[in-house]
Amino acid sequence: MTGSRFDWIPIALVAALALGALPLIGSASTWLTLTMAGLAMGMIVFIAASGLTLVFGLMDVLNFGHGVFIALGAFVATTVLAGMADSTASPDLWTNLVAVFLAMLAAMALAGAVGWAFERVLVRPVYGQHLKQILITMGGMIIGEELIKVVWGPEQRPLPLPEGLRGSLLIAFGQDQAAIGKYRVLAVAIGLVVLIAMLYALNRTKIGLLVRAGVQDREMVESLGYRIRTLFIGVFIVGSALAGLGGVMWGLFQQNVIPQIGAQVNVLIFIVIIIGGLGSTLGCFIGALLVGLVVNYAGYLAPIVVTFSSIGLMVLVLLWRPQGLYPVTSR
Amino acid sequence: MSATLLKLDAVHTHIGAYHILHGVDLDVPAGEVTMLLGRNGAGKTTTLRTIMGLWAASSGAVQFDGQTIGGGSGKSGGQRSTPDIARLGIAYVPESMGIFGDLTVRENLLLAARGARRADDIDTTRLEWLFTLFPALKKFWLYPAGKLSGGQKQMLSVARAMIEPRRLLLIDEPSKGLAPSIVANLIEALRELKRTQTTVLLVEQNFSVAKALGDRVAVMDDGRVVHRGAMAELIADDAMQQRLLGLSLGAHQ
Repeated sequence: MTGSRFDWIPIALVAALALGALPLIGSASTWLTLTMAGLAMGMIVFIAASGLTLVFGLMDVLNFGHGVFIALGAFVATTVLAGMADSTASPDLWTNLVAVFLAMLAAMALAGAVGWAFERVLVRPVYGQHLKQILITMGGMIIGEELIKVVWGPEQRPLPLPEGLRGSLLIAFGQDQAAIGKYRVLAVAIGLVVLIAMLYALNRTKIGLLVRAGVQDREMVESLGYRIRTLFIGVFIVGSALAGLGGVMWGLFQQNVIPQIGAQVNVLIFIVIIIGGLGSTLGCFIGALLVGLVVNYAGYLAPIVVTFSSIGLMVLVLLWRPQGLYPVTSR
Repeated sequence: MSATLLKLDAVHTHIGAYHILHGVDLDVPAGEVTMLLGRNGAGKTTTLRTIMGLWAASSGAVQFDGQTIGGGSGKSGGQRSTPDIARLGIAYVPESMGIFGDLTVRENLLLAARGARRADDIDTTRLEWLFTLFPALKKFWLYPAGKLSGGQKQMLSVARAMIEPRRLLLIDEPSKGLAPSIVANLIEALRELKRTQTTVLLVEQNFSVAKALGDRVAVMDDGRVVHRGAMAELIADDAMQQRLLGLSLGAHQ
């Protein structure tokens, strides 16, 4: 990003959206609460979608089964956290965090392993065939959802926040107080860590360089002597693991989990990567923040349109930039 | 004549339903520049892509330094994957140049240098040599390659193939669409490369480029090689030029 004009407009758009909402909402403390909720939601959606955007960008694979890894991650978290009831009930925040991190680790490991099998069995035979990819990965998701019901049962399962992450921090704001959910602060922190780790890996390591090059021109990467299949399997596993992490965070955000969670989140993450520019990590991040903010502002200002707000946002963005916020060049 | 480094033997290539190469026989001698000429659609690009393994030969054999890398008969087949072929020391400069536009000039070259993990690992003498051949690369070192001009992109594409010593360079129409002064610059750089005894198979439509660089020449028509010989022989024989290359090349002179 040196030596050329970096495109700041999408980032400015996030700020403009947040500032533009302030007069509509009226109260500054309510605005801060909503903005923080929107950013937290955006971060979680980004983590869930980041793997999908890499997989699509690098291998042109439309993985409609991505949502099942989100569901898997959330269900693994219900088991791990239920098994650590002593830790989650403890009033000590650090004990709580250790439990949550262990749940995240388990979810990522399992989602990554299942992702590896998913790529070998379902995705590999349909490279380059979009229609078949959609059909087989959706089929994979249905099977995955049923398998989750076999293991965890079809009912909604609670995923309560550990003791120390419940409730809100109250921040004095003039004569008002803004309530910011403790868990939202954690979600924003983890989202930033994931974003920074991804940007570091993509921009500062040779593997990241290969991924970015592969997104633009796979054939040339192979002609330079790199096995892009190996690279892709690695990206698929990491992407699935990140979806697992996103599932844990989404489940804790909702505080309950249903087997259909994957299908529900799927729509949202596809909207996000389309807004972002199909394959761009930064675009995916900005898209996720925009969706998070719009959904939360709409939920307060006009609850009736909340269901359509993310799709409406996508339509507006595409009318403005038909290839998304940060189009990947040479595709 | 020196030993043959690359040999194509009765190579046929199909792309989907189309039969493009109809038994290509071609020898590329080590340490020389072999020009591959012929009109549009003769199969020159397909020949390079088949050598590189980007399209598989349906029959015949592609041999590099005595080992089969493409085509081959029977189940055991000899078709190697493109990365494996590249790792034997073959570099490819496609007609489209294959520049990664979102990556900087530095990153483009770092990727081509397989032995380097970071830009600091790239052999500095070689890099300085490339900078003298292509000063624009130094000037725009940290610029996204997509912002370079067409000529600069072509320079980058050729420089990528030269960043580490390779045994064979496959270069597809490097002069296409470039201004004459830039073509002259490119010829100079390729001459410099020639001095390093690198073997080159160069596809060209521009006969003046072919004249300036070629040691050997092969002319293709309709998916076959219809003439092979010394470049000097073709340069000296107007009637042969007319017969083999016709007006399509005359127009480029």
